[in-house]
Formats: sequence, structure tokens, C-alpha cells
Amino acid sequence: MTYLHSIGEYFLMLKGVFGRMTKASVLRNLIFKEINELIMGSLGIVAFLSFFIGAVVAIQTALNLNNPLIPKSLVAYAARQSVILEFAPTFISIIMAGKVGSFITSSIGSMRVTEQIDALEVMGINSKNYLIFPKITAMLTYPFVIAISMFLGIAGAYCAAVFGGFVTSDQFLTGLQDDFNGFHLTYAFIKTFLFAFILATVPAYHGYYMKGGALEVGEASTTSFVWTSVVLIVTNYAVTQLLLS
Amino acid sequence: MIQVKNLHKAFNNQEVLKGIDYTFERGKTNLIIGQSGSGKSVFLKCMLGLFKADKGTIEYDGKPYSTFSDEEQRELRTEMGMLFQGGALFDSMTVEENVMFPLKMFTKQKKSDMLSRVHEVLERVNLEGNGNKMPSEISGGMQKRVAIARAIVNKPKYLFCDEPNSGLDPQTATVIDNLIQDLTHENDITTVLITHDMNSVLEIGERIAFLKDGKLAWKGTKEEIFQTEDETVTDFVYSSNLFQKVREAQLKGL
Repeated sequence: MTYLHSIGEYFLMLKGVFGRMTKASVLRNLIFKEINELIMGSLGIVAFLSFFIGAVVAIQTALNLNNPLIPKSLVAYAARQSVILEFAPTFISIIMAGKVGSFITSSIGSMRVTEQIDALEVMGINSKNYLIFPKITAMLTYPFVIAISMFLGIAGAYCAAVFGGFVTSDQFLTGLQDDFNGFHLTYAFIKTFLFAFILATVPAYHGYYMKGGALEVGEASTTSFVWTSVVLIVTNYAVTQLLLS
Repeated sequence: MIQVKNLHKAFNNQEVLKGIDYTFERGKTNLIIGQSGSGKSVFLKCMLGLFKADKGTIEYDGKPYSTFSDEEQRELRTEMGMLFQGGALFDSMTVEENVMFPLKMFTKQKKSDMLSRVHEVLERVNLEGNGNKMPSEISGGMQKRVAIARAIVNKPKYLFCDEPNSGLDPQTATVIDNLIQDLTHENDITTVLITHDMNSVLEIGERIAFLKDGKLAWKGTKEEIFQTEDETVTDFVYSSNLFQKVREAQLKGL
């Protein structure tokens, strides 16, 4: 029953988010601020992780290719497929659930604890729209982060595979283009958009409806990370089943 | 003026407000006092529209809140100023931005006009020159004064204060009390103030409502509160040493 109540409350929150809109000029500034905090602020860690994940995938694949009948270019093929299909969109989103999700929950939760949300409501401002809508809009730029992640992941794989002496540059580039299916990119970006929405709204829900004090803000952030990850994984499964199987 | 008639509110079948009738007068500081759990904050939140009353009406200048359209409700809220217990300043904004916030949201004024109004109210609360500081960089008393400045910047008709003195030293508390009273008189505002602080009752209690177990147990002025023989009130009021001494002095005819 508690879960059903929470799900209902989440959708009611979404209805409120798209309800009475905040003044456009104020909203525009909030969106830019959120893009800066949520997206630009995450580029460093995303770039770092993507590069090294791509590198590790390449090394692992290369080390497991013992059969001389399997072409070395498979290292690039495997790196490309894993990075585009899963590592960039899903793995990075889980990382973002920890970074961006916790930030969203704790910032909204702190506002709840310190009565700043009540202050907005008393002033006649739709607090759900004011606080959550800019985050959802900012997260629409999240696919750019994933695109960067894909590029750097493959770049990392190239560096590890070529400079590590596992394959030649030509072999890597051949494997990278081998049997390329454009729809895999479409699939990756469709799920990235869905993940972006989840990353903005599930943590916002946990922050907005939290009760208690500073300790509960911390608990809400942890719960938010767990539930955001769960929803991401389930959505990933559903989208994969629908689009790829 | 705010008139409350037969106000009821319950949470999970537990009745918190049990039929309150009271009138908050314009141009006066109307204090609500009572023990913790007596329903003061719920009463205030009902008046602010944060809680919906189960029964009864709240009339703002003669018009029941329940008959307000959505647009009228929004307009009414722009006429309300609220001073929260902790100040509730937006911690990502500077003092100036905090005070300017209601103007930015609800008016179409030019930035220069908004800034001049912000500086005017900051000067009124003795905070000129602090506009660029963040809330975390100023003291608790200053934060309360910024919150007052934000509450009055849009020239509200109704000012609500939830324990404005909590956590402040007696001197700063008196400054805040007097500031609220002066602003109430200067701008002819209907001020509703919740307090536990008996000093505030002595300082600014022009009209006092005493709540007990969700009911209005007593009402009167700060002068009358010393004369009452009502035990429910005296038990609460004379638990304060200060009031005991005032009472003793009165009895001695000092």
C-alpha cells in the first residue's frame, strides 16, 4: 500500500509540476542555473569515468581473445557495442543517480526542512513547478553528456587497445565501423531521454515529500539513490525488450 | 481584518482545532499564545491556506476564503507576508535577491525600481549595506530582519509571524518585536503573531488569543491578561518568572 501511495503521489507531483507555470523570465534563469549545476557540473566525472571504462572494456576484451581465428578488430567492435548500448547510457546514469540525484534530493529536502518550500507556497508560487520543472528541462540536455561519454569511452578504448599494443590503429578503426547499426544509437538516445526524466523527477519526489530534519535529508538522499537506480534498471530492461528484442 | 468562524481541523481523526471563533484586527499586533501542541501553528497554516480547514470559514476583509477563485486566491497570497520561525530565506540567493524575490515574481517593475524598493525596506530594518551578503554570512537576528524585509517588500495587507523570536537573545528579540509592531502601525497591516515568549506579550500584545487544546480559551489585551483570574491562562502565563514578578509588583501596587 505504501508503494502504491508513493507511486500515486509521484504522479500527482508531476501533474503539479506541469500545472501553473512560474513567470517565464524567472524560469529561464532557473533553467540555465540548473544546466550549469546538473549538466556542466557533471561533465568532469562523466568524462573521466567514460574514458577509463572504455579503456578497461578494450583491455578485457583483448585479453580474452586467445583464438587466432577471431579477428583482433573485435576489440573495437566489442568496445563500441558495450559503450553505446550500455556503459554510456545506463552505467553513467547510475553514476548520475548518485551525483545529480542526491544533489536534487538534498537541495529540495533542505528547502523543505527550512520551510523555504512553505515560503514559496505562501507567496502563491507553484513550488513544484518552480523547483522541479527547471530540473526536468535542464536534464533535456543530458543526451549531450551521454554523447560525450560515448565518444570518450571509445577514445579510451582506442588508447588502451592501440597504445597498449593489443591491436593496430587500422584494426581498431576497422572493428569500430564493422557491422554498425545506426538504430543502436537511436535506442541509446531514446533511453537516455527517459533516464534524464527519471533522474530529475524521482530524486525530486524524495526531496519534495520528505519529512523531518537534517538527518532525514541524508536518509532521503540514500533512499532516492536506491529508488532512482531501481527505476533506471527496470526502465532499461523494458526499453531494451521493446526496442531491441 | 481576518475573521475566523467555527474553525475545525483534524489529522487522522485527531481534532487539532475545535471550533475557533476570533477576529484579528487591522493595524494591530494580534498575538496567539498557548502551550506546545495547542494548535497555534495549525491555526496559522489554515489562515495561510497551507492547510484546508475541515469546517468553518476564514474571512479576509469580509470575504470567505472558500469563495475565492484560484486567481483571487493567488492575488490574496500576494497580499500576505509571512515570517517563518527559521526565517526561511532562500540560501542560494543574496540578501538583496531574497528581498527582491516577491517583486520579481509578482510585479512588472523595472529592475531599478525593484532595487530602490529593496534598499528602502532594507534600510527600514536597519540592514543597509548588507544586500550582497549570503544568508549564511549574517547572524540569526539579521536573518529574521531580512525575512521581515522580504515579507513587507510587496506592501502586504496581512503579516503572519511564526515565533519570530525563537533562538534570539532578549535584546535582539525586543528589536524584532518593536520592528513588527512599528511596521504594523505604519502600514496599517493585520499582523498575526504566534509566540511562546512572554516578553513579546508584554512588549507588543495589543490583542491576545490564548489557545488551549485546540480551543480559544481566552482573549484580551496585554493589560487584561494581568487582571484575569482565569486559571487556564494564569497557569500558563505565570509559569514565566518575568510575569510572576510583574504580577507581584502589581499586587504590591508598584
